[in-house]
Amino acid sequence: METKLSDNTRIEDHPILDFPARRVVTFTWEGQELRGYEGEPIAAALHAAGIKVLHTSHKSNRPRGFFCAIGNCSSCLVVVDGVPNVRACTEKLREGMRVERQVGTGPAPRARE
Amino acid sequence: MSVRKTELAIVGAGPAGICAALEAASHGVKTTVIDRGEELGGQLIKQTHKFFGWHKKSAGTRGILIAKKLSEDVRNSENITVLNSTEALGYYDDGTLLVETPQGIDRVIGDRMIVATGASERMILFPGNDLPGVYGAGAVQTLMNAHGVRPGQSVLMIGSGNIGLIVSYQLLQAGVRVEAVVEAMPTIGGYAVHASKIRRLGVPILTRHTIKEAYGKDQVEGAIIWELDDSWNGIPGTEKDLKVDVICLAVGLSPLAELLWQCGAEMAYIPELGGFVPLYDENMETTRKGVFVAGDVAGIEEASTAMAAGRLAGLSAARSLGKVPDDEYAKLKAEILAELEGLRSGPASAKIRSGLAKMREMLQAVQAKELAGGEPRPQGVRGERDCAGSNSEEAVGA
Repeated sequence: METKLSDNTRIEDHPILDFPARRVVTFTWEGQELRGYEGEPIAAALHAAGIKVLHTSHKSNRPRGFFCAIGNCSSCLVVVDGVPNVRACTEKLREGMRVERQVGTGPAPRARE
Repeated sequence: MSVRKTELAIVGAGPAGICAALEAASHGVKTTVIDRGEELGGQLIKQTHKFFGWHKKSAGTRGILIAKKLSEDVRNSENITVLNSTEALGYYDDGTLLVETPQGIDRVIGDRMIVATGASERMILFPGNDLPGVYGAGAVQTLMNAHGVRPGQSVLMIGSGNIGLIVSYQLLQAGVRVEAVVEAMPTIGGYAVHASKIRRLGVPILTRHTIKEAYGKDQVEGAIIWELDDSWNGIPGTEKDLKVDVICLAVGLSPLAELLWQCGAEMAYIPELGGFVPLYDENMETTRKGVFVAGDVAGIEEASTAMAAGRLAGLSAARSLGKVPDDEYAKLKAEILAELEGLRSGPASAKIRSGLAKMREMLQAVQAKELAGGEPRPQGVRGERDCAGSNSEEAVGA
């Protein structure tokens, strides 16, 4: 089981904090396969992969990223497995998640089969 | 949907909410704590710095360790039920708190309630402030310290209050460059000890400066800062272009008071306390009987005062449930009030002291009006409807 992702946005050495080994999972962003740590917020995994534009605004289609990172502000809404309005900053990453950038209000969620 | 009845419902398990729960539980109050996070501790879980003063015993302790200790104490208390990963969705007139747990929507009905929901980060106006890469300082702290991800390569920090200074230092610890801290006021807002730490590491703190605009195609590629004149207008010709990929806003917090508005608690706009705050008495009780407050939702301060105020709210809720004898209550309350006074005695707390004085005056005015036979306000955490029944904390199907 892989437990270490190295890219230059992940903090490896820190004077105070240790970041314990975690399971690496695979997920997709806009159809592209990416990896992140299981249980970390989707936004953290995307940010580590260099992806900052998570959403576009309702009226002017302006790019939006996360702002508060603790579930207050709704700036980071994404579509997860077809469900819109998921907060990327608090939703935990799972193996096989299909994550897409939300355009405006996003698609109407489809009824579960 | 199930109904969970409890003697005391506490919304928010940050420093204020946890301390309220521990205090109430220590007097035998069956307490239910609701928090949207998985872990308890609220924003303490990302505070790697040491606190100056809490309880004499814990001064000098890092926030992350305080969170750990408090969570352990909560887990060891048999009177506390924790609903984590659970959001309070709304408060209804019949005393119901609607919550969303990972399993679905439930109702929580408490004989008393403490609202300790904290605060959210403020935004300021400038062109490009909506670009990805413009983050709250707390957000950057969460990303780095809770999740181990750097926010970017190079940061402009807006605001030199304690949060701006502390997060700048933590960015440096995480290996991120801090280009500058800008501060619109003529003096640095936070403690000198925090300012000196980052200055020694070469970060300029530019007072009387602010951001003019953020630029970039889809995300921040840079920021223009400029100097301010005596009327707070930018001075043309003083612009500097900073190549940063992150702009961090540390420009204050606003109380997250929605539940209090819904309860019908009397609210007032008091800028010194961070905006709209509830009026509350010396027992931390709002004008809605049975609804208490503690922490940033009652006025923006910091974790040490939040913890003391939380204990006072928990103690008062316990007393109003008949669990604390009067003499013991008086003694414990005096101790906590003395601690709060001590924590708020420094020059940095002048604003808080003046805000609290205003709040008390407004409260007295409301109370006087009520005595004079004004319009009756809603009383009691529970209404008449739908709330009869035992005070058992067990969940029962509904």
